[in-house]
Amino acid sequence: MKTLKRILLVEDNLKDVDLTLAALADHNLANEVVVARDGAEALDYLYARGAFAGRDPGPPAVMLLDIKMPKVNGLEVLRAIKSDPALRTLPVVMLTSSREEPDLAESYSLGANAYVVKPVDFLQFVEAVKQLGVFWAVLNEPPPGTAHR
Amino acid sequence: MKFSLRDVPIRRKLMGALLLTSVTVMLLMRGSFFTYEYLNFRSNTARQLGVMGRMIAANSTAALAFENEPDAREILSALRVEPQVTAAALYTADGRLFTSFAAPDRASPLPASPGETGFRFTGARLAGFQPVLNDQRRLGTLYLEYDTGPVMRTWLRDSVTIALAVMGVVLVVAYLLARALQRQISAPIVDLARTAQAVSERGDYSVRALPAGGGEIRQLTDAFNQMLTQIEALNRELERRVAARTAELEIANKELEAFSYSVSHDLRAPLRHIDGFAGLLVKADGERVSERGRKYLATIASSARQMGTLIDDLLVFSRMGRSEMTFRDVDLRQLVDEEIRTLQAQNPDRRIRWDIGPLPVVPGDRPMLRQVLVNLLANAVKYTGPRDPAEISVGARPDGAGKVVVHVRDNGVGFDMQYADKLFGVFQRLHRAEEFEGTGIGLANVRRIVSRHGGETWAEAAVGAGATFFFSLPLSRPALS
Repeated sequence: MKTLKRILLVEDNLKDVDLTLAALADHNLANEVVVARDGAEALDYLYARGAFAGRDPGPPAVMLLDIKMPKVNGLEVLRAIKSDPALRTLPVVMLTSSREEPDLAESYSLGANAYVVKPVDFLQFVEAVKQLGVFWAVLNEPPPGTAHR
Repeated sequence: MKFSLRDVPIRRKLMGALLLTSVTVMLLMRGSFFTYEYLNFRSNTARQLGVMGRMIAANSTAALAFENEPDAREILSALRVEPQVTAAALYTADGRLFTSFAAPDRASPLPASPGETGFRFTGARLAGFQPVLNDQRRLGTLYLEYDTGPVMRTWLRDSVTIALAVMGVVLVVAYLLARALQRQISAPIVDLARTAQAVSERGDYSVRALPAGGGEIRQLTDAFNQMLTQIEALNRELERRVAARTAELEIANKELEAFSYSVSHDLRAPLRHIDGFAGLLVKADGERVSERGRKYLATIASSARQMGTLIDDLLVFSRMGRSEMTFRDVDLRQLVDEEIRTLQAQNPDRRIRWDIGPLPVVPGDRPMLRQVLVNLLANAVKYTGPRDPAEISVGARPDGAGKVVVHVRDNGVGFDMQYADKLFGVFQRLHRAEEFEGTGIGLANVRRIVSRHGGETWAEAAVGAGATFFFSLPLSRPALS
């Protein structure tokens, strides 16, 4: 069986974190999920600094990124990592409530790899998160140099 | 084509007036001069004939006194050298014709006896009697007849030739003068007319007519320029107001966008949580919750989902009202065919008879017009649910005022016409949710889209007898969308 790769979940809303984790756990995909509560924390993790200095080395297999967050929002995080040659290859999935076209357009133009609108329906939400987890943390071959644990 | 003097340009009118006046004046002058000359000619001729008569009378005294007829004839025949003298005669003192001569072509007979002394005109013929006297004793009477015709004709020909030549010269001079003068008068008017035309054609209110001439034309030019200045000022003010209003609208629109963004993002999250945690609760402790409790949890979850749908619909509705429209030619027939295929696929168990008439190509925003047809056709399918087979027809006809009226008719459950005005309102429904599902936003979207295209929407129906929905669309692109 394929090993689960690490998922970075960037989400400010605790309830959404709980639901996402529950959905991932439901399908045994939750054992390697790192949660960052805003954009600043996400960047700290990626650059292994601040609270995340001395974490397990290597980038995650995928980052699930909310857009609307305090301090540094999702689009700013996206811009930061896509303009950094060391992090540019990290797959980023926008996972957001916003269906607004400007968000979609800007995400893709900044280099997002996918854009998923969180469904209101819990069953659909669970299904969406499961598929994301299976695809990015199991099926997808990450770029070379990404953590394989 | 009807000719009217009013349509003639002012330059030609002035020219015509000046030329007509000079020609008339000249004709009148020429006429009076001619009459004077004619009268003069006649009196001169009569005087000359009188002189000639007196000379001949003096010469004939001896012939008459001695009644020598050959001598008398000799004297008279000397008159033959004058071709204008057509007849001559001598009468004795007792009034008897003594001798005479007449031109060969002369027809009328000579007077039988002498008449009154003196010469008179009868048409072109000048004739008269002259007494022959010797020492106050009357010996007889001389008759002379003179035809002024040939002389008159020569004179007339010369006069007319001269008159024509003079008239030609005068006309040329008058034309040149008139042209110079009319230019002075008409040039400022023509210039003013050209400026006015430029203003109305190009809509350029910054041009000004050149102030030229004086008097009324100067007043007209000044008034015209003043009006242009006023229009220009009004235009500027209007543009300023429009710019200010547009800026206000843009701000309002931005605020609205920010608002709907918040609605989209923030309102959906708690709903997801309600549904999500209700689901998690059932999953974690489902068997410990009573049957009734599980039903309540299901209702909580479905209500949250329903609200999610309502929010989504509202966002679509608001987007329809403010998003940019891209006009191009849209084939309505193609849209209808596509949507029918989708609806058939979604309702494989339904028997639906479609009757699609010819539909036009109209200018419009394709995704929006698709939304209109999607809503109307899906409604027709939905509300014919109890019918087997359902009958749905789509058709179009021009309204004669530059628009096309499209209708979607079904044989479904219909509705009561007294609620027809509520039909196109947001979240207005004429059926209970258990009967037919839906949020009641579809027709509101239809009305909003059609009205943004410059058209109208309405419906006709009867309970149980089906419904027909109409919308009109301009066949040419509206100037402002």
